[in-house]
Amino acid sequence: MLDYVTSYLKSDTTPGQAGNFLWAFIYILLIFLGLSVAVIAMNWLERKILAHMQVRLGPMRVGPHGLLQPIADAIKLLIKEDIMPSESDPFVFWTAPLIVVLTAFTVFIVVPFGPTHAVTDMNIGVLFMLGVSSLSVLGVVMAGWASNSHYPLMGALRSSAQMVSYEIAMGLAVISAVLMTSLNQSGTGTLSMIGIVQAQEAQATWFVFKFFPLGLIAFFVFAVAMVAETNRAPFDLPEAESELTAGFHTEYSGFRWSLFFLAEYSAMIAVSSIAVTLWLGGWLHPFPHWLSGETWDLVFSLFPGLTFVFLAGLTFYSVARMPKHPYFRVQTMGLAGFGAVLGLIGLALFAPPVRDRVQDIYWFAAKVAGFMYLYIWYRGTFPRYRFDQLMTVGWKILLPIGLGVLIVTAILGVVL
Amino acid sequence: MADATKNVSHLELGDTDKTFLDSNELIINMGPQHPATHGVLRVILRLDGEKVLGTECVIGYLHRGVEKIAENRTYAMFNPYVDRMDYVAAVSNGLGYCEAVEKLLNLEAPPRANYIRVILTELNRLASHMLWLGTHALDIGAITPLFYTFRDREEILKIFEKYCGARLTTHAFRIGGCLYETYEGFEQDVTKFLKFVTPKIDEYEELLTTNRIWVERTRNVGMLSAKDCIALGVTGPVLRASGVKWDLRKAQPYAAYPDFEFEIPTGQNGDTYDRYLVRMQEMRQSLRIIEQAVGKIPEGPIMAKVPKVIKPPVGEIYHSIEAPKGELGYFIVSDGSTQPYRVRVRPPSFVNLQALEQMVRGQLVADVIAVIGTLDIVLGEVDR
Repeated sequence: MLDYVTSYLKSDTTPGQAGNFLWAFIYILLIFLGLSVAVIAMNWLERKILAHMQVRLGPMRVGPHGLLQPIADAIKLLIKEDIMPSESDPFVFWTAPLIVVLTAFTVFIVVPFGPTHAVTDMNIGVLFMLGVSSLSVLGVVMAGWASNSHYPLMGALRSSAQMVSYEIAMGLAVISAVLMTSLNQSGTGTLSMIGIVQAQEAQATWFVFKFFPLGLIAFFVFAVAMVAETNRAPFDLPEAESELTAGFHTEYSGFRWSLFFLAEYSAMIAVSSIAVTLWLGGWLHPFPHWLSGETWDLVFSLFPGLTFVFLAGLTFYSVARMPKHPYFRVQTMGLAGFGAVLGLIGLALFAPPVRDRVQDIYWFAAKVAGFMYLYIWYRGTFPRYRFDQLMTVGWKILLPIGLGVLIVTAILGVVL
Repeated sequence: MADATKNVSHLELGDTDKTFLDSNELIINMGPQHPATHGVLRVILRLDGEKVLGTECVIGYLHRGVEKIAENRTYAMFNPYVDRMDYVAAVSNGLGYCEAVEKLLNLEAPPRANYIRVILTELNRLASHMLWLGTHALDIGAITPLFYTFRDREEILKIFEKYCGARLTTHAFRIGGCLYETYEGFEQDVTKFLKFVTPKIDEYEELLTTNRIWVERTRNVGMLSAKDCIALGVTGPVLRASGVKWDLRKAQPYAAYPDFEFEIPTGQNGDTYDRYLVRMQEMRQSLRIIEQAVGKIPEGPIMAKVPKVIKPPVGEIYHSIEAPKGELGYFIVSDGSTQPYRVRVRPPSFVNLQALEQMVRGQLVADVIAVIGTLDIVLGEVDR
C-alpha cells in the first residue's frame, strides 16, 4: 500500500492520463472537499472583509470573530423548511439547482493545481472549462422558469442574456491566450490547461506580460467578463436585490438555495482559476526564470509554511487582544485552538517532502485568492450597471477590444 | 397576478397587448413588500421586457388618519403626531406645525427659540439627506455609502437625544417656542459635529460623484423639466435640480433664516444625477447655516407668552416651510374651540411622488428604482 502511494507520488502524469481510476477518484474527493472548505472560508472572509470596508464588524457572535458563522448558516439552511411554490413545475424546480452545482464542480476536473495535480489533462481543457461552465446558464433559466413567478423569470432572462453576451468576449480573450502558446515557439500550440502553463514556463513569461500590452489587455477583457459571467457586483443584475428581490432564486429556500450559493462561489473560483492558468502562470511561483536556482527554490518552497505560520501568528495576536472577561474564555480558547491548528499545518508544510509537493498548489491557490479578494472589493465599491449599459459594455466595448487583441496577437505571432 | 391587480388598478389591464416579437406585456407588482420601494409603496408596472410602458402607484398601506386625529385633539396634543409623518425629518414637521399655529395665534417665538429651531432643523435636514443618500446608493447597487452615512447620522441623533431625549420622533418644539433650554455643551457638540462631518461629505462624494457607473446610472435618468415640475407641484431638491431657484427659506423666510447667509444650489438637467448633486450641495449649505447659527445664539427666553388653553380665533391659516423633501405646508381651520376644525397637510413626498409616472415611462425597470430613490419619499408622509 505504502509503496503504491509513494510510487504515485513520484509519477509525472495526472491520474486521468495514467488511467488510474482510484487516484482520479481520490483527487475528485480532495477537490470536492477543498472546494467546500474554500467556499465556507470565502463566505466568512467576504462577510468579514466587506464589513471592515463598511466600518462595521461583521459576524462576531458565533465562535471567536464569527469563525463558526458559516457552519451555523449551513446548519440553519439544512434544517429549514423546504418550500416549493404550488404553481411551480416541480421537476424542473428540483433539477435546476442540481445542474448549476454539477456544472460548477465538473469544471474542476481539468483545473491544474500543479504539473500533476489535476484529475486529468484533456487536450481540449480550456474548451471543456468554458463549455461546461456556460452550461450553468441552463440551470439558471430553468430555475427562473420553474418558479412560475415574475421576478425570478426576469432574473433568469437577464442572466441568460448576460452570460451569453459576455461569453463571447471571454472566448476571444481566451483564444488570444491560446494563440500565445504557439507563437514564438513552433508547434507547441495547445488547449490543454497544463500545456498552457508549461508554455508559459518554456517561454519564460506569464502571458499577461507577453507582447506587452496585448496580453494585459486580453487579461483585462477576461477579468471583466468573468465578473459578469459569475453574476457578481457590479454585474449582479440577475440577482439585483433592490430590483428583483433575489433574481432567479427568489423562490428557492433552504438547501436548494444553498446549492445556488455553493455554485456561485465555486463558479467564481473556477473562472478565477482559468484566469490564473491562462495569464498568471498557473502554479508557477513569481518570476520563475529570474529567481531560479537552488536557493530561490528553497525560499519559495518555504512560502506555504510561512503563510500558515503567519496566519497562526495573526490568530494568536487576536487571542491576546480578546477581552479578558471570563465570559469570553471559551471563545478565546477556541481561537487559540484554531491558531494552533493553523500553526501545526504550517509546521507540517515545512517538512521537505510535503514542501515540494505542496508548493504548486500553494501558488495556484494564492493567485486565485487574489482574485477572490478583488471580487469582494468590487462588491464594496461599485454601484450596479443597468441592463442596457451592461449590454453596451459587453458588445460595444469588450467585444471589439477582444477581437482587436486577437487579430493583433495573430499578426504579431506571424511577423515575429 | 393580473387578476389581483385588476381591482385596484386604473391601468388598462384588459387583455395584455402583444408587443415586440409577439410576446406579451408583463404586469408586475413591485411592493408593498419590496426592498427598494422605501417602505410600503406599491407600484404596478406594465413592462415590455425591461421597458416600462406604464406605472401606477398604490398608496395607503401606512395610512393612520393623522389629519382626522387632529380634529379630535387640542392644538398642543396634536403636536407629537406630526413627527410620525416624515419620521426621518421629524423636527421639520414639528417646526411647520408649531409655526402655523403660532401664526394662527398671532404669536412669535422669541429669537433664541428661533435659533435653536434653525439649528435642529438643519441638523435634521442633514440627517434626512444622509439617509436618502445611503438608501438611494443602496438601491443603485452601491452598498458601502449606506454604512458611512448611517455612521455619521448617528452623531446627529446623539445630539437630538441629548437635547430632548428622543432620537427620531423628537417632539422638540412647542407652540410658542421650545420647551427645552439647550443643554450644557450644546454649542460645543454641534461645532464638534460640524468639524467631524465636513470631511465625511467629501468622503461620500469621493465614492460616488465621479464613479463612472454611478454617473451612467443616474445621468439622464428620470428627467423632469422645470415646466413639468411646476405643473406637477413638485418642490424641494427635485424642483431645484431642474433649474428653478425656489427655496422657501429664502422665498418666504421663517424662523431665523433671514439672519443667515446661504446659497440655493440648483441643477440644470433635472436628472437623477443633478438631484444628487443638489442634495450634496444642500448638505454643505446646511452646515454653513448651522455654523453661523451656533456662533450667535442670542440670550433670552425660549418660550413666548402662550395662554394655558390654546384657543385660536376663528379663521384659517396656511403656513409652509422648506422641509428636506420639499414644501411642507399646514392648512389649519380654526372654529374658535380648543381643537382645530380641520388640519390639512401638504406633504412634499406625496406631491413629488406624482411625478413618478412621468419620470419612468419609457425607461427601464432599474430606473424605476433609481427614481423612487431620487424622489426621496417617506411613506409615512405620503399616506399620513
